Amino acid sequence: MEYILIVISAIIVNNVVLAQFLGICPFLGVSNKVGTAVGMSIAVTFVIVLATMVTYLVQVYVLDKLGIGFMQTITFILVIAALVQMVEIILKKISQPLYQALGIFLPLITTNCAVLGVAILVIKKDYNLLEGVVYGGATAIGFGLALIILAGIREQLDLVDVPKGMKGVPLSLVIAGILALAFMGFTGIVK
Amino acid sequence: MNQLKNFTKGFLRENPILVLVLGTCPTLATTTSSLNGIGMGIATTFVLVGSNVVISLLANYIPDKVRIPAFIVVIASFVTIVDLVMQAYVPDLYKTLGIFIPLIVVNCIVLGRAEAFASKNTILSSLIDGLGMGLGYTLALVILGAFREIVGSGSIFGHKFFAGDGILVFVLAPGAFWGLGYLIALANKIKKD
Amino acid sequence: MAKTESTFRNMALSLTLIALVSSALLGFVNEFTREPIALSNLNKKLNAIRQVVPEFTNNPNDEMYMLPTGEGDSLEIYPAKKDDVIVGYAVNTYTSRGFSGNISLMAGFKADGTIINTSVLEHKETPGLGTKMTEPGFKDQFIDKNPSEFELKVKKDGGPVDAITAATISSRAFCDAVQRAYNTLQKGGIK
Repeated sequence: MEYILIVISAIIVNNVVLAQFLGICPFLGVSNKVGTAVGMSIAVTFVIVLATMVTYLVQVYVLDKLGIGFMQTITFILVIAALVQMVEIILKKISQPLYQALGIFLPLITTNCAVLGVAILVIKKDYNLLEGVVYGGATAIGFGLALIILAGIREQLDLVDVPKGMKGVPLSLVIAGILALAFMGFTGIVK
Repeated sequence: MNQLKNFTKGFLRENPILVLVLGTCPTLATTTSSLNGIGMGIATTFVLVGSNVVISLLANYIPDKVRIPAFIVVIASFVTIVDLVMQAYVPDLYKTLGIFIPLIVVNCIVLGRAEAFASKNTILSSLIDGLGMGLGYTLALVILGAFREIVGSGSIFGHKFFAGDGILVFVLAPGAFWGLGYLIALANKIKKD
Repeated sequence: MAKTESTFRNMALSLTLIALVSSALLGFVNEFTREPIALSNLNKKLNAIRQVVPEFTNNPNDEMYMLPTGEGDSLEIYPAKKDDVIVGYAVNTYTSRGFSGNISLMAGFKADGTIINTSVLEHKETPGLGTKMTEPGFKDQFIDKNPSEFELKVKKDGGPVDAITAATISSRAFCDAVQRAYNTLQKGGIK
């Protein structure tokens, strides 16, 4: 039951993009086509789940054991950078087309604040390893959800006349605001 | 480029958030009030200046293949320093900014300037670049924060100018997105003129 | 000056050096800020205690003890004394029934259980609604009330507490936290 609550809360009540403001850069940058949005979401999900696992273990068996909690930022971001590098190499070997499609966005997952953000939040919320991984996975699904919804809307808007000054980022932000407003309706369903 | 141009480019022409659209996450999250915006901006500027200077200093000694991990360690070190110092001396601001202080390490502005500028320019230029970009960022944060605070809470810099609440949606998530969206559109318009 | 070549030796050397220097530097800063951080945390607690009990001359933090709530956990009790005479007990209590999650507050009681005052420590309630529970307009109604006669229930639930308009859940949660503090203190016995 606990896990279902974590999942629902992470995906819709406290959506990582629309309520917690994490992962905005790829949210704005990769959301012009539903296809790329889906690819990006899958890659991010993979990285977040792996990252939460490894950073949790680093926190418990290295940082806490040696009492060097202040090294959290450095160690976490290095772990994430290494994981992304690994994912890049693996992806290149097993799926060239997906690797090509994601292009520059793959290394950029390192600077996706959602990944580091979730890793830190798992420690802050005092989750155990399994709860942390579930939370990470759910968060990634929430990220994908927001990304794909925005991509769908933007694909439709491509067919419409938009004032020049608002084209691109400003318009995406206004739509995101409306989405955020809509998602606010979900607060309070997890008691 | 002379140093004056170097310093002022971060304010409008190449404003990190309004023009380059970098560092969006902390911008949306910490502009619930003008004071929070200033706090975040100054913390980021400190990291920016520090990492720019150190990276510019070490640029020629770091082998090309490992420059990204090396930059990340330098940046993360400055972020940790800011984190610890804020925790000790401005605990209330530290609590409000929360997770976005360690997240400065993945703020694309910092790594972006390190890669694009500091690793290829003199120490002085890098320092001024960091300062200008950081202050330009802070300026945008203050403007957005002030807007959200005035409309959403009816106060400015913590001083309320009417009793009761403002239009609350502006200090919540939707207001952040709308505020930033229109601010960027406005900046685009001003730049064109 | 020519750039350093990317030989294995150079890469390993430069990374190790940078890692060592930053770790040393951070270790130093950590030591330097350890005391101020502990001090500011202590001050935060003392400030909260000051708001809920009358003037005291001891250090309640030094005399803190834990009492079980009966729900499987314990609360921190801070006795406040003036010249060795007890003037109040500050209880660090919480509730998980907040609209947006946990609320923690400090509640001050006299020896007979009468509420002296309350101070909300942490919460994530909705601005303009649940956040009103931190304002005198809501929390002043609890001053000088004894939960044995003044039931900690909102009017909707048959009690005397005036809930915040449109924020019944936050109001109920507030009462839950104070009730928990009262029960724990009464059950555990005054020391």
